[in-house]
Amino acid sequence: MQAIDRKLLRDFKRLWLQALAIALVLACGVAIMLTSVGMYRALSETRLAYYERNRFADVFAQATRAPLSLLAEIAAIEGVLAVEPRVNNYAILDIPDQIRTAVGLVISYPEEAEPRLNVPRLSSGRWPDPLNPDEILVNAPFAEAHDYGPGDRFSANLRGQKRTLTIVGTALSPEFIYTIGPGALMPDNENFAIIWMGERAAAAAFNMTGAFNDLSLSLATGQSEEPVIEAVDELLAPYGGLGAFGRETHASNAFLDAELKQLRGMGAILPPIFFAISGFLVSMVMSRIIALERSEIGLLKAIGYSDTEVCLHYLMLAGMIALVGVGIGWIAGTALARTLAWQYAQFFNFPYVIFQVSYWVYAVTGLAGLLTTSLGAAQSALKAARLAPAVAMQPPAPPRFNRTLIDRAMAALRLSQSTIMILRSLIRWPVRSLLTTLGLALAVASVIASLFMNDALDEIIDMAFHQTNRQDAMLLFSEEMPMGTVEDVRTLPGVWQVESQQMQPAILRNGHLSKRIAIEGRPPGNDLSRVLDTKGRPVAAPPGGVLLSERLARKLALEPGDQVTVEFLEGRREIHELTVSGLVEQHLGLGAYMSFDALNATFRQAPRLTMVNLTFDPTRREELHAAIKELPQLSGLVEVQENLRFFEETIEENILVMNAIYITIAVLITVGVTYNAARILLSERARELASLRILGFGRGEISYILVGEMMLVALIAQPIGWIFGAWIAAAMTRAFTSDLYAIPLVLEPATFAKGSLIVLAAALVSVLIVRIRLDRLDLVAVMKTRE
Amino acid sequence: MAKVVFKTEGITKVYDTGKIKVYALAGVDLELFEGELTVLLGPSGSGKSTLLNILGGLDRATEGRVWFEDTELTNMSDRGLTRYRRDHVGFVFQFYNLVPSLTARENVQLVTDVAPDPMPAAEALELVGLGKRMDHFPSEMSGGEQQRVAIARAIAKRPEILLCDEPTGALDSTTGVQVLEALRDINERFGTTTVVITHNAEIQRMAHRVIFFQDGRISRVVTNDTRIAPSEIAW
Repeated sequence: MQAIDRKLLRDFKRLWLQALAIALVLACGVAIMLTSVGMYRALSETRLAYYERNRFADVFAQATRAPLSLLAEIAAIEGVLAVEPRVNNYAILDIPDQIRTAVGLVISYPEEAEPRLNVPRLSSGRWPDPLNPDEILVNAPFAEAHDYGPGDRFSANLRGQKRTLTIVGTALSPEFIYTIGPGALMPDNENFAIIWMGERAAAAAFNMTGAFNDLSLSLATGQSEEPVIEAVDELLAPYGGLGAFGRETHASNAFLDAELKQLRGMGAILPPIFFAISGFLVSMVMSRIIALERSEIGLLKAIGYSDTEVCLHYLMLAGMIALVGVGIGWIAGTALARTLAWQYAQFFNFPYVIFQVSYWVYAVTGLAGLLTTSLGAAQSALKAARLAPAVAMQPPAPPRFNRTLIDRAMAALRLSQSTIMILRSLIRWPVRSLLTTLGLALAVASVIASLFMNDALDEIIDMAFHQTNRQDAMLLFSEEMPMGTVEDVRTLPGVWQVESQQMQPAILRNGHLSKRIAIEGRPPGNDLSRVLDTKGRPVAAPPGGVLLSERLARKLALEPGDQVTVEFLEGRREIHELTVSGLVEQHLGLGAYMSFDALNATFRQAPRLTMVNLTFDPTRREELHAAIKELPQLSGLVEVQENLRFFEETIEENILVMNAIYITIAVLITVGVTYNAARILLSERARELASLRILGFGRGEISYILVGEMMLVALIAQPIGWIFGAWIAAAMTRAFTSDLYAIPLVLEPATFAKGSLIVLAAALVSVLIVRIRLDRLDLVAVMKTRE
Repeated sequence: MAKVVFKTEGITKVYDTGKIKVYALAGVDLELFEGELTVLLGPSGSGKSTLLNILGGLDRATEGRVWFEDTELTNMSDRGLTRYRRDHVGFVFQFYNLVPSLTARENVQLVTDVAPDPMPAAEALELVGLGKRMDHFPSEMSGGEQQRVAIARAIAKRPEILLCDEPTGALDSTTGVQVLEALRDINERFGTTTVVITHNAEIQRMAHRVIFFQDGRISRVVTNDTRIAPSEIAW
């Protein structure tokens, strides 16, 4: 090894703590990029493989009852490859030893051959015997939640007919990667089951022999959805077709899309910030090293090393920092991505995970790390290369301090000499002060960008569970029910209040924009489930008007006063022009609301309901559930508090992990920036501070100069960090918003305070670690050696 | 007559600070001969170091011409000067300028790694009497030892010329003498043209020739008929 390379290694060893502080920041960027890209690819490739292997359909449609003879016509639509008719219906389940009423979605499958589309993948057991109508498959998560296996039984209310079903196997399906019951906000595997039943048994149970009510289609490659959807809608219209839709609108698929979008956002927003900070840190450290090694540079040149060799020597030092950072980032990122990908698989009911981070991701992150540190070092390395040897051998000229207005102001303020030293140093190196401030501001921003989520979720929960949905439970019916149902429900044991509600599937159109949603109608004076305007006041839609949630209005480019075309999908399938009468604040889902009376008038029908909201006596919950289990038309039951609990448990765990990651990141940035800046400051000031000690200053007084300057920079960084934090938080709410939910931008003063406290504390600890070196200043040696 | 190693014609060096022009050298004509040990004497700011830097290819004259043997250095490119320094010149500085993170041997290797025909680092260190201290770091050595490492480093490439800027300036008398002995030993053994800048008037007595500087000019030149040994010098 050449002597100059040995110098490189020893320099690196001497600087290891500083180098490590930088390398860790760089590692964060590399790890986050690897993790988000790794998880994105794992999730999207697993989904793709799963969809392909198990033939996930491209277009889905529901109807009330369509004859099987229609299939030939549907199959003849241009571009349709395969057609799978099914009988799907909700059933109320009575799980042994469980008070709570569970709901199951019964899905038929062909008994003679394998399903053509949406093929369930057997996890355990076997397919049911076609000769035994009570044998079923259930989805594996439901089985797991109840510790069910082949041979276990539960009873189900299938259209008023109570049957005991025997589980012979468990399965997963590409249709239910994310399994969510009707009306629910979060998956609840205990109380929502997918039940696969032989087609003859299902048809008999739901009185659908010779007919189907659910249709899946696969399309030829390159075939666009729209013409097929139109053709299917036309064919199904006479049979109560509810409007066909593509994968984009499919609940499970849409949720995965939203998750993928988040991952992509994370991969795009965060790593560049880390790369930039590590580049800046390298530049700061390198410029100091070059200042310190000025005479060594002169010597190397005097000996005969060329400018290029000197330049490369210093670039290689930065390269080694990059190497360590990228290495740590690769290891941490791979481990993190692998762990999280498996967690995803658990959360998302994938039968397997295809986890493979391609070499190009490693190559790109490695190159990005190398490039940013090299860029950071480039200026200093070039300066070293350009330093004329004769000049380099002489001590550098003392920095020029000019008397400015600020100096006069400082004099007028009668600041102490130490304070003036601090202020002058900040002013003398404005770019460095600015970049240090920016680095710390980004650390503050990182905490705020993560902590604001807690408040945002509180806001979502308050809005969804305390302001709008104040009922204890929702009962959803599989068909429209007469208003008398309200009275029937009121007679159920323990029920206090009952209010009716109607949901009508419809497509809203404005020009080329359209959205398939359910329009809700509530009788006037409903208090359990409310609609609130953007100021939080209860609001009702006037006759002929429709209230839209803000995001839906934005998606359709509508404003209050605009006309919207509403294409109802049930009843006579009429098309109406309605006025957007106002906007509604809503974080979950895309809601549209009409007056109950207007809705019934539109359908020219006697008032009907599709669901009821109720409050009940919690002490009589068991009796109530026992009674609900006997209701034949029930398709879903949501207990609001229970849903809230699931929501909080799932989300809180995620948020906790996220907070921990972001706070770690903030601390790493702070330590990286502060420790390096303080070390540089100390190295520049060591002589000065030692001289002050000789002049009689105490340790505390010289510590003040070092700690004071760093903490002043940290303080100045706070308000900038708040602004950055608010800005990043806003960018995140935009990046995370999907049709399913919107994260509100809620910025509480406490969030800013926490961000500041974390960063200031980390900064103080870092600078105090450097301060210890002040105790070891060798006063005599400092005075003896040359500057 | 010995061969001329260095020749300068009317070289000046002006430092332009914007407001005022400082003449570090104000027209110096000089010839240095092969194997000669020359001492440059003069007060601070008289131009000695500037001349040494120009001779060593570390700096350029503002006006005038400089030759090393038959090669003119005056308008040589940076690359050319780097090669010139690498191949022909050895430097010794007042503050040793050792790389603190390298041992004595490795400091010498810095040079032997890039020189065309170097002697082994160990041999160079033996020559300056540091055969037993080769694996020590600069911080573990005395000032005299460090300066001798610097000399070993300078001679390891077998340079034709050795340029020493205040080599004993930071040393006490005893260690200073050891350094001077090393320098004279090299000069005599290899016939290396040696230029020594010093403030110390005693040292002039070991030189072949003494050149006095004043205000950027040569004020007088003295040739010593009799030279004394470094061990006879004390300060």
